[in-house]
Amino acid sequence: MSVDETLHQVLDVSGRAIAPVPDVPKEDLRRLHRHMVSMRLLDQRMLSLQRQGRIGFYGMATGQEATVTGSAYALRATDWVFHALRETGVCLWRGTTLEEFICQLIGNAGDVLIGRQMPMHFSDRRVNSVAWSSVIGTQLVHAMGAAYAAKLQQHDTVCMGYIGDGGTSSPDFHAALNFAQVWQVPAVFFCQNNQWAISVPLSAQTASSSIAIKAAAYGMRGVRVDGNDLLAVIQVTREAVERARAGGGPTFIESLTYRMGGHSSSDDPTRYRDAAQVQYWEERDPVRRFETWLRSEGLLTDADLEQWTAEVQDEISRAITSAESLPAPPIESMFSDVYAQMPAALADQMKYALALGKGTHVEGAFPL
Amino acid sequence: MPQMTMVQAITDALRTGLREDPRVVVLGEDVGLNGGVFRVTEGLQAEFGEARVLDTPLAENGIIGGAIGMALYGLKPVAEIQFVDFIYPAFDQIVSELAKFRWRSAGQYSCPVIVRAPYGGGIRGGLYHSQSPEAYFAHTAGLQVVIPSTPSDAKGLLLAALAGEDPVIFLEPKRLYRTIKEDVAEGVFHTPIGRTRTARSGEHATVLCYGAMVPVAVEAAESAAARGWSVEVLDLRTLVPLDSGAVLDSVRRTGRVVILHEAPRTCGYGAELAALIAEQALTSLQAPVLRVTGYDTPFPYTLEHTYLPDAKRVTAALEHVMSY
Ligand SMILES: Cc1ncc(C[n+]2csc(CCOP(=O)(O)OP(=O)(O)O)c2C)c(N)n1
Repeated sequence: MSVDETLHQVLDVSGRAIAPVPDVPKEDLRRLHRHMVSMRLLDQRMLSLQRQGRIGFYGMATGQEATVTGSAYALRATDWVFHALRETGVCLWRGTTLEEFICQLIGNAGDVLIGRQMPMHFSDRRVNSVAWSSVIGTQLVHAMGAAYAAKLQQHDTVCMGYIGDGGTSSPDFHAALNFAQVWQVPAVFFCQNNQWAISVPLSAQTASSSIAIKAAAYGMRGVRVDGNDLLAVIQVTREAVERARAGGGPTFIESLTYRMGGHSSSDDPTRYRDAAQVQYWEERDPVRRFETWLRSEGLLTDADLEQWTAEVQDEISRAITSAESLPAPPIESMFSDVYAQMPAALADQMKYALALGKGTHVEGAFPL
Repeated sequence: MPQMTMVQAITDALRTGLREDPRVVVLGEDVGLNGGVFRVTEGLQAEFGEARVLDTPLAENGIIGGAIGMALYGLKPVAEIQFVDFIYPAFDQIVSELAKFRWRSAGQYSCPVIVRAPYGGGIRGGLYHSQSPEAYFAHTAGLQVVIPSTPSDAKGLLLAALAGEDPVIFLEPKRLYRTIKEDVAEGVFHTPIGRTRTARSGEHATVLCYGAMVPVAVEAAESAAARGWSVEVLDLRTLVPLDSGAVLDSVRRTGRVVILHEAPRTCGYGAELAALIAEQALTSLQAPVLRVTGYDTPFPYTLEHTYLPDAKRVTAALEHVMSY
């Protein structure tokens, strides 16, 4: 299998089509753009909630909207997604509501994960988004194994594993790609190369000529796409997903993008990177690029944008209000799901925690 | 003497170590220009250069395995794991390799690697930025396990670890990183590994604890004093080697024991302490040995203060042993 290290583009930096445009219905093109606009607005609003102390942590995908949205678009609802911090937009594309997402950020009783995980660690089985840990890289091997299971059971499901550029250094990245190619599983490994792993630049992460070239070591097909070019991302991902679905084996995609903000709400990127670099990527903004092209095709007007912005802002406001009205999860929620059936010793601990929570005295031998 | 937070004291220890001994190197994710996500390595790369303060790729097995190789070949690496929750990709390197080199080579090779990692809850870090896995390491022969609770101890213990010949798992209570400021001596000093610190003396009951739980125990002891109970708080400082003499002395004097840790209860370090006391001080006991611990669940996000032991829970345990 070969690795193509040339950067696939459909739109140039100015938003002009320089290659055949993938086949996407007009209405979808508009929906895709609206989704990118809403991701950006959501980042702004959630970061400000975080600054006000109303949520504890936030991780932006600003600058990565096209790579998130385009890759999500190439999947079917039945496909499985093994994602991490930057891919909440994939869940939102697949049907997660803003309120569900914001409930997770708050960690309240309305959160699908009932406040167990830190903000941004969203997942939801209803959209085939698999619950992930913060431990970088681990989800990729799961995508590989699930893809094997789908193949064995002759399902036409494709498993999509997302990873960051930093994550390609993790041991699980290596295992995932190696097994996947040996077993010819229907998986796609999608690296959002935003060029930074917190403060560590790509040049200190790998000495490979590209991220994509790493596929060569496993005998896997590798491709490289301009991640700020929505149409190119759709094209490349679609090809990889459909190849996997048809039994053609896995693909490794490097989607070259840029993390416009800090690593998270806890990070100050001015400590370690140049404003000039940020400016360079600002000029390659994925949302503006697609917008320019849509306008040139007559598919978008100022009125659309104004309307979408107003709608999205309103949706976010309503979701915040509604999410903030919900209570914290009950104490019992800490003890369920540790096992399928709660062991007696844990049930005793729960009884104790409940009594303590209510300020009542616990009779008998001190259980904890 | 300058006043320092624990973060500043650890930085000072690292700087002192790097200055005093050319074999010392510091490595980890984001430890260079960024100074570490908690700023513990702030300024070190600027002072000592990129060859001695190294940003690593994102692979903990590489960090620890690499540090082992460096130590075998004569360096003294201090490896930072960004949060101890991310140590498991290196667990094999720590348990199968680091801990066993001296023994399996019949003393021909040793690995004086220090693995520093912030641990524990209380910072809204959720499941993977809050855990307390000290028991896994204490269970592994060949590793020393050190957990300071004050800025001065953090510096003195880290410098003692650097002067030592064996690997040390050095767990830093991140919740206390910036909450306490105290006088910390300048230059080199060693706080011996394997000695407890009496955080508060008392006669009626002993609370055994370490790391972020020490201030919790002291708070409970203070409120117990108002009721006429004099409670001793022993800060273990090192779990391995354990200062069992000091623990048993205190228990024999007071006859009542509460063991406190935020790690889960089952097979937590408290079980080891309880067994030690049962074996060697049973006849001194006037009440059952009680444990106040985290619950046997993963670490929750929203309910972290339900999970974490607080002074109220310690007080309830003290009431029980005092009125037994
Ligand atoms: C195994 C592990 N080590 C360290 C960390 C701490 N950490 C969280 S995110 C991150 C950088 C991730 O970079 P990358 O994979 O490029 O993804 P990005 O955040 O840029 O999307 C690090 C080091 C972690 N979560 N897991």
